[in-house]
Amino acid sequence: MTGSTSNANAATTAEVAFASMGARRLLALGGIGLILVGMLVGDIFAVFVLHQNAAKVGASLSAAAHAAAAGDAKTVLASLQSVGNFLENRGTKVDTHVHMIAFGYLALLLAILQPWVAFSDSAKKKLAWIFLFGAWLLPLSVFLIHYVGLAYSPLAAIGWASILADFGGALVIAATLGCLLGIAKRTQQAADRASVRDGLWEDRSVAGRILLAGGLALVLLGFLHGAYYAAIDLYKHEALDYSVLSEMSAGAAAKDVAAVDSALAKYGQLGGEKAVNIAAHAHAIEFGLLAILLAFFQPYVSLRDSWKRRWAWVLLFGSLLLPVFVLLELKLGLLAGGIADVAGLLVIIALLAMWIGILRYTGEIDAGGRLAEGANG
Amino acid sequence: MSTARRLLIFGGIGLALLGMIYGLWYAVFAEHQELDGIGKSLATGFSAAGARDPRAAEDALQQYRELKYTYDRHVDVHGHWIGLAMLLMVLGIAFDRVELTERMKMLLSAGLLLGSLLFPLGVLLQTFSHGVAPQAVAVVGSALVIVSLAGMTMGFARAPRSG
Repeated sequence: MTGSTSNANAATTAEVAFASMGARRLLALGGIGLILVGMLVGDIFAVFVLHQNAAKVGASLSAAAHAAAAGDAKTVLASLQSVGNFLENRGTKVDTHVHMIAFGYLALLLAILQPWVAFSDSAKKKLAWIFLFGAWLLPLSVFLIHYVGLAYSPLAAIGWASILADFGGALVIAATLGCLLGIAKRTQQAADRASVRDGLWEDRSVAGRILLAGGLALVLLGFLHGAYYAAIDLYKHEALDYSVLSEMSAGAAAKDVAAVDSALAKYGQLGGEKAVNIAAHAHAIEFGLLAILLAFFQPYVSLRDSWKRRWAWVLLFGSLLLPVFVLLELKLGLLAGGIADVAGLLVIIALLAMWIGILRYTGEIDAGGRLAEGANG
Repeated sequence: MSTARRLLIFGGIGLALLGMIYGLWYAVFAEHQELDGIGKSLATGFSAAGARDPRAAEDALQQYRELKYTYDRHVDVHGHWIGLAMLLMVLGIAFDRVELTERMKMLLSAGLLLGSLLFPLGVLLQTFSHGVAPQAVAVVGSALVIVSLAGMTMGFARAPRSG
């Protein structure tokens, strides 16, 4: 009886904190939306852009090395310029993917902290809107940098897309600082310190525990892999990076095309090894952090407990499978790449299911609120 | 709020601030200079090879190696300090759900905070010295993070005690 009463209290507290178009609801739904779109962009980028772009970078580097062998300094510089352009194209797409997901995480963190922000509901809502506007503006503008370039720009070196991206970043910083200010204000209000009670912080559901423990285990695995890579491969790769380039340049100086081609092949292999190790390390940790953050929102996921547990396991399974098969790409090739893409899709589907669950929950609260208003009126 | 939890949340905020201030310094005073240097030394190396001057090419590639070594570590320090800070804050919020004694929780949170500070610091020190000491700092820091995370994972996985 006591348990059900405390659950009811927790649910009521959670409902109050999740008021219609309130700051927490905006940040939770907007944050998961950012992560979902960021992951989709990442999946599309991995399938349609990443490998093609890497091939172009390799071809330009090869052209530079061969031009050096032929003593053609002009083509050397032009080819290296092309490498720079391809890397910029790749970099802006990776940045779009990374910033959307990172801002999504930050939105979820701010959503969790909302009861600690000692501002009025309307001020908190404004901060949430400013945050979300900036969080969408920055990655969209970064995506456009490669295409817009310096067209119609008032500045010599920075284009409109970069200016808008910086503006988006400034909005995110301002909104985050605003929330921090609210939290600092709360800590100064001695009377309020003990009164922050929140259903999200008190939830002890099984799905939440699976996500917390599984998420932290993923972070741990990612960290162990990073430590292993740093101890065994990092210095070897750094030495190889220099020695292969040196081999390439010596081959070019001696007009030895075969030596240049051999060094280019080694350089491509080295680039692949570094990329998969860094991607596996980063994805394991980021998915782990995502699982931990989502654990807090389980009371808002309006699905049956059994389904909540299933989606938690699907998310963790996909999160484990993706980095493992990214690592295996060098051995298994496209097969491993395909499995990694499917794993990414599993994470996206599980995340979408939880997002729909939260939407259903908000619908129930809003419908309940309208019924209560009708009864009172 | 328990001391362990406070240590994680406020330690995380402090570490995030350190990572951001360091990132700001790096972006303004080091990043562009390093990237510019990397691009120039690579272009000089290949141009010298094209001009049949292997010695100049070798010198330029040595410069590329040094700059790339420093650049990679500067980026890693920034990313790891902020990433670990976020992890500290999130774990701090969830720390009441760790089913361990208060003493053990305190040990784990202190270990995680210290490790999160030391590991990137060791990597940063490697840009000043290629000796063993900075590597040892990074290894001790990462070992502290790994052991603390393993302990916390076990604490989260344990079923809540009744009552």
